[in-house]
Amino acid sequence: MTRSVFIQLILLALVVLCFAALPFMTEGFYLTLAVNIALYVALCTAWTLFSGPTHLVSLATAAFFGVGIYATAIGVEYLPFPVVILLGGLAGAVFAAGVGAMTLRLSGVYFVIFTLGLAELARQLVTYFQTKIFGSIGLFVLTDHSEGDLFHYLLALIVVIFVTGWLIGRSRLGFAMRVIGNDELVARHFGIEVARSKIILFVISGAFIAMAGAIMAPRYAYVEPASAFNSTMSFLVVIMALLGGTRRLWGPLVGVVPFTIIADLISAYFPEHINIIIGLGFLLIVYLLKDGVSGILLKALGSNRLTRAQGAKP
Amino acid sequence: MTRPILQIEGLRKVFGGLVAVNDVSFSVAEGELLGLIGPNGSGKTTTMNLISGALPATAGTIRLDGSPITGLTAAAISRAGVARTFQLVRILPGMSAVENVIAGGVYSRAGRWGPEAETRARELLARVGMEGRSDLPLSAMTYIDQKRVELARALAADPRLLLLDEWLAGLNPAELQMAISLIRSIHAEGMTIIMVEHVMDAIRSLCGRCVVMNSGVRIGEGATADVLADPQVMAAYLGED
Amino acid sequence: MTILVTGILLGGTYALIALGLTLQYGVARIMNLSNGETLVAACFAAWLLFTAGGINPLWGLLIIAPLGFIANGAIYLGLLRPLVRRASSQGMLEVDSILATFGLLFLFQGLMHLAFGGAYFNYQFLAVPFDFLGGSYALNRVTAFFAAVIIALALYLFLYRTRIGTAVRAVAVDPDAARLVAIDVGRIAAFAFALGGAITASGGVLLSTFYTFNASMGAVFVMKALIIVIMGGVGDVRGAAIAALILGVMETLVASLIDPGLTLAATYGLFIVILLFRPQGLFGGAKG
Ligand SMILES: Nc1ncnc2c1ncn2[C@@H]1O[C@H](COP(=O)(O)OP(=O)(O)OP(=O)(O)O)[C@@H](O)[C@H]1O
Ligand SMILES: [Mg+2]
Repeated sequence: MTRSVFIQLILLALVVLCFAALPFMTEGFYLTLAVNIALYVALCTAWTLFSGPTHLVSLATAAFFGVGIYATAIGVEYLPFPVVILLGGLAGAVFAAGVGAMTLRLSGVYFVIFTLGLAELARQLVTYFQTKIFGSIGLFVLTDHSEGDLFHYLLALIVVIFVTGWLIGRSRLGFAMRVIGNDELVARHFGIEVARSKIILFVISGAFIAMAGAIMAPRYAYVEPASAFNSTMSFLVVIMALLGGTRRLWGPLVGVVPFTIIADLISAYFPEHINIIIGLGFLLIVYLLKDGVSGILLKALGSNRLTRAQGAKP
Repeated sequence: MTRPILQIEGLRKVFGGLVAVNDVSFSVAEGELLGLIGPNGSGKTTTMNLISGALPATAGTIRLDGSPITGLTAAAISRAGVARTFQLVRILPGMSAVENVIAGGVYSRAGRWGPEAETRARELLARVGMEGRSDLPLSAMTYIDQKRVELARALAADPRLLLLDEWLAGLNPAELQMAISLIRSIHAEGMTIIMVEHVMDAIRSLCGRCVVMNSGVRIGEGATADVLADPQVMAAYLGED
Repeated sequence: MTILVTGILLGGTYALIALGLTLQYGVARIMNLSNGETLVAACFAAWLLFTAGGINPLWGLLIIAPLGFIANGAIYLGLLRPLVRRASSQGMLEVDSILATFGLLFLFQGLMHLAFGGAYFNYQFLAVPFDFLGGSYALNRVTAFFAAVIIALALYLFLYRTRIGTAVRAVAVDPDAARLVAIDVGRIAAFAFALGGAITASGGVLLSTFYTFNASMGAVFVMKALIIVIMGGVGDVRGAAIAALILGVMETLVASLIDPGLTLAATYGLFIVILLFRPQGLFGGAKG
């Protein structure tokens, strides 16, 4: 490990420690907002692990998130919370592997369409089985975890996601993804298993998203399919990640913070308008911000050092 | 003739109603430099695509060193030891020259990664005449540079069989001389090569043996001088062009 | 038997919606995820005309379909054509158009939600029973089905018997080859996109005569339409029609035999089977 990497690591650790102190300093509205921001940072970064290098717009976020919520709802009575979170991640991974194996071998269109209705499908299936088998539509999640605890878990998850992303960026898998992003035909001709690489990334990304769901479950107290599998979340994640830019690991961060605040305000004061905001968000990305805010920032700084370090297609 | 590294039997490819490759058979000996020639649209590139696994064959078998590779994916064939260049150059646009070459060796037969892969990539770039220009982005490369990088990338895979699809096309006379001697020296080191080419001088000076295709059918095979003197082959070229 | 007929009747309307989408996707090469909003808007327009103006939805078609044509044409020329122009590859256009039409989906959905709220709407048009082969069906469903068949046939004749129709099919098969024979690909794409909008709008009008609709159902319908398009083979008009009937029957079967809450699951079931066994579409040959 070189010296500059070491210094960067120490700096990062300090930043994380500062954030970890946050719940001890604030509560109520701001803590809730902080948890929301942390949640979307985790979701968007996990989303970008897959969708950044593959350029495939995944709308499966809400489905994986719901799987995680259910993992906690079912398991937390019997097992310690951290174990449940890991199991949630495992469930998300298995789910992602199934979806990926069916769609990622074919052209990207199939994948987008398949994920488009996935949360809704999960909602219908879970509703059906819950009412048929258990006779009730919801589950209680009774834990004594405070918002502050959730924040700490999320922070830990974010660190894990970033470290994973960083490692992938330096690995053969990350390099393979760059080649695929540049030219799939060349990738296949030099031994890269394109579908398998995509599926692996999708599984990693899905596992992290499900873990975020598992962490957030205590907030729901009473879990029912309609709240656990909420498609809007999938779209919010896409917008925030793209607003921030997906070409660097830290790109989504830049989009999440402002957009979460805006979305929170709007859903508090003008709940009717959230879809219009989402719509405008998408249009803004396509027509004005091709590279996301982080791309514009980097351009303004005249630096492409970080672009090269990252796994995504420059 | 030493033992064949590549054996093709009854190879066939149909696109809709068009038979692009029609029951073609030939084989290539280890260390041989075989020319695959024929007029435009005769099925040469398609044959290369079938060997490299870019397209699935409709019928027939291809064996690499005795074991069948028909039906394998392009990735698996690459790991088995086939590497190629493309008729329309395909450089990875977002990567530097050296990254392009590294990409050739990471997952293919060579399986090289890390500093070792980079060293090897720089060696190969020097070998193809890109000494000191390893970090060029695509935008700074001329056409011949791109062709060089593509060749280096294929060599980085440590192939047992190298497929060159019109690698000499579009070069000016000086570049052509240099390119011909480069191929000759790679062959001299023992590389087995199939080259598709329209530049007859290059075929004459490089290839000991040729296979000629016309409208998907193999119409000739043998020592280059004999094949080129064959009236049927000459008719094919004159008739089509 | 009743289920089969009900399913086929429903499938007729699905077919129109999917035909609209397959024209847009197959010819203009834009996967229009906001297509469902055209459908919903047409439902509301038909409802308005009927309740406020007393206009029979079948006459309403004559107003709403041209409006659908104009609106979709305008969207294509104003918003999507710039994306087509700037795209350096098909993959890039795909991502851009998915994101842009997502934006439109949400924007229109949000606007319609503002205008009409989240409630479900319906109106009474030909809500009388119609007896056929021992079963009893709502006359509005039967009418909608036959209207759909007529429109689909007209589209088919247009595509296969006229010059413009042939040009549209040529662009669908191979835009580059079409360009070589002096077809103005850009204009044909815009035309097909607008025409697709008109067809989908017609589907919406017919749907509204027998279906309870609301402002936010567009996304589910576009999902169904996409699956039909893929099942039938992209750009394949006949394939889409048959796939729509299959989906209609399948949904009706699951809804009446298992649980009405599982219709989407049925759609997915079908989709998964297609993905696993015939990703090139039901009727497509094996492509290289
Ligand atoms: N993917 C494809 N789909 C349909 N037809 C194809 C495809 N690839 C090649 N063909 C057709 O197959 C025939 C043989 O083409 P091929 O590219 O193999 O010729 P070639 O000998 O390499 O010609 P050239 O010297 O011009 O490169 C041509 O008629 C071509 O149009
Ligand atoms: Mg060729």
